[in-house]
Amino acid sequence: MVVSSSMIRFTRKMTNNFGQLRSIKTNSKMSQKIQNTTIWTEKLEILKPEQVKKIPMYRVMDENGNIYDSAKDPMIENETLRSMYKCMIQLNVMDKILYESQRQGRISFYMTSFGEEGTHLGSAVALSEEDLIYTQYRETGVLLWRGVTLQECINQCYGNNLDKAKGKQMPCHYGSKDKNFVTISSPLATQIPQAVGSAYAFKRNKSNKCCVVYFGEGAASEGDAHAAFNFAATLEVPLILFCRNNGYAISTPSEEQYRGDAIAGRALGYGISVIRVDGNDTLAVYDAMKLAREISISKECPILIEAMTYRMGHHSTSDDSSAYRSVEEVENWQKFSPMLRFRKYLESKNLWNEDQEKQCVEESKNNVLKAFGEAEKVNKPDWREMFTDVNWSMPNNLIKQREYLASHLEKYKEHYPLQNFKHS
Amino acid sequence: MAVHSRSILFCKEISKFLFFRKNVVRRSSHFQYYPDKNTPVEGETTKLNMFQAIGNAMDLALEKDQSAVLFGEDVAFGGVFRCSMGLQKKHGKDRVFNTPLCEQGIVGFGIGLAVAGSTAIAEIQFADYIFPAFDQIVNEAAKYRYRSGGMFDCGRLTIRAPCGAVGHGALYHSQMPEAYFAHTPGLKIVIPRGPVKAKGLLLSCIEDKDPCIFFEPKVLYRAAVEEVPKQAYKLPLGKAEIVVPGNHVTLIGWGTQVHVLCEVAEIAKNSHGISCEVIDLMTILPWDSETVFNSAKKTGRIIIAHEAPMTCGFGSELAASIQEDCFLHLEAPVRRVTGFDSPFPHIFEPFYLPDKWRCLDAVINIVKY
Ligand SMILES: Cc1ncc(C[n+]2csc(CCOP(=O)(O)OP(=O)(O)O)c2C)c(N)n1
Ligand SMILES: [Mg+2]
Repeated sequence: MVVSSSMIRFTRKMTNNFGQLRSIKTNSKMSQKIQNTTIWTEKLEILKPEQVKKIPMYRVMDENGNIYDSAKDPMIENETLRSMYKCMIQLNVMDKILYESQRQGRISFYMTSFGEEGTHLGSAVALSEEDLIYTQYRETGVLLWRGVTLQECINQCYGNNLDKAKGKQMPCHYGSKDKNFVTISSPLATQIPQAVGSAYAFKRNKSNKCCVVYFGEGAASEGDAHAAFNFAATLEVPLILFCRNNGYAISTPSEEQYRGDAIAGRALGYGISVIRVDGNDTLAVYDAMKLAREISISKECPILIEAMTYRMGHHSTSDDSSAYRSVEEVENWQKFSPMLRFRKYLESKNLWNEDQEKQCVEESKNNVLKAFGEAEKVNKPDWREMFTDVNWSMPNNLIKQREYLASHLEKYKEHYPLQNFKHS
Repeated sequence: MAVHSRSILFCKEISKFLFFRKNVVRRSSHFQYYPDKNTPVEGETTKLNMFQAIGNAMDLALEKDQSAVLFGEDVAFGGVFRCSMGLQKKHGKDRVFNTPLCEQGIVGFGIGLAVAGSTAIAEIQFADYIFPAFDQIVNEAAKYRYRSGGMFDCGRLTIRAPCGAVGHGALYHSQMPEAYFAHTPGLKIVIPRGPVKAKGLLLSCIEDKDPCIFFEPKVLYRAAVEEVPKQAYKLPLGKAEIVVPGNHVTLIGWGTQVHVLCEVAEIAKNSHGISCEVIDLMTILPWDSETVFNSAKKTGRIIIAHEAPMTCGFGSELAASIQEDCFLHLEAPVRRVTGFDSPFPHIFEPFYLPDKWRCLDAVINIVKY
């Protein structure tokens, strides 16, 4: 049992404090708890990680979309199933086009979600619109399912005047107040303890909703991840810690990222309930998230989901993954494609066919290109936006700096790309 | 790659569509590079860009000092900026390796190596991500010697971090955090302006008796190419360099900004007949007050330019010190031309940076003062 490794430490502490403990007597609540939970042993033994039973991986479908145990078909409504798949296609097509557009210098940066569509859609569908979502950056499918439009996404990537964040952040740093999706921040893992705080607020308000935080297996190595796990456990919050374990953090393979039973294995040490799921099995992810959500709200406790998947694309447009992994490795994962598997499941239910596929891809492409064209027509925001939202109201130093820049730009206008920016 | 080869066909179609639309021009960089003309040592040279010069310095350090190790996120395959390319293969996996993704871990681990007598070269992937390690740097590395009366120190630790503007880095891939660390006694902070300086200064940092932070302006990794001496050489820490001598106005900068200032000096001279002296501070902590004060006393007009925000930027420290020591020589108040007091913005970068026009305007005004 994983618990035992923490128990070893506990036992050691108790042995050290033995004399003291005796004197506390059993009437103290604390020592009673210790008496009740301590397992004593006279056999000196070091527990090894290999002795601990691995957390199994939950699955529903095989690679061909066949349900292993027909009683376990989650029976998602047909229309929802179709929408989920359409959303995957939309995400996929958007990724391809925006990736390419970065290559052409139209946007400055992009990150694709190839191969992780199953974790996005499976998890997003099981949530309520009220649940607050924090993400890392590779969860665009969750955003689309929430109802953030392609146009909004592409406006953000362009940083045009319609971008709600007014061109301040790099592409892919989406956010939507209406859709309860907290704006993405580049520094890794910072969102995890924040999500614990939000979940705690929900608990106090008895709002009957949960908070969900997504993060990569790489980000899980940060100190913030540890802080968050421990806070979530001790403060007993309705939070789902959703780890996308896609095998890599940029070039670093997960074997160099952690030892033991991956991220799920840590949960028990913190006293957090946990599910490991095949992230490429969309139905399994859905089931896991649905159950986790129910329990986390009703029992007011955090639950960690580790979704095992694979990053099929490069880390970002700044990366060339052929420098650290083989073509064969990537090709080998092709057969586990979450989209292919989900499509086969739909086809087995007669919910999808080749014509629909073609039509959907075509439609998705048109949607993206249309949104793209629209976004490109819009100017960048007024340069004065650079000074807004620093503080609630603009402090004197910024007012002065803005005035200085205005007169500078008046004098040197020919040297600045003012024509691309809105004038107000 | 499978997924990409499949998508290539698809993307060709898309490309056609996209190319018919208004063409978007990539923004050109905000500075012109001025190669270092001084050779620090005699002997053979090779043409290297800055990431190669840094890689070369680390290679030499690893060769010379068997205790030396190099580590950080994605360092094994060469680092996201390619500085450690080929070093794992050459020096072994126990000496050049990836760490888990955790900056506080990287720095704490590096301190421990140094305490145990090894030379530690730690890479933080971006200076913007150095803050999780702030405690280890500020409260630990910087104070190790002081708090133990010299029994323990971590002088063998060098922390490298790519920094500064690149044109599209926005809030978290652009920052120049030198001032946060300059407020901490016990550290050394160094910022090179090109390959020749980077190699010599990094080798000095690695051998220095204090923990050093070496901030590498990442826009220079590829853009800066120079003839770099093949052999190992060190450049003194705590010494500034007069890059362009002049009489009317002193311009002080470091890193990329030095190149902006060199161009400003050129324009000021050619178009306005103003002679500027450009100083590259190179070491932020401890900074070279002698060179700065001598120049200030000579010109009486000082402009300090840096990418970081104005308020409490390192320019504030220089300005305060200059007025304290050179007050009677000054012909005008010391001016700072800097990034604005906002986070570093994405699409507004051309308006945010202390570019040549803002610096030139300051030069013209300070002469008229
Ligand atoms: C604090 C911090 N350190 C380093 C980085 C640079 N960085 C960006 S993404 C990344 C890898 C993250 O990997 P993982 O969490 O597994 O997510 P994935 O990219 O695989 O989805 C790194 C090192 C960062 N953004 N923030
Ligand atoms: Mg990952």
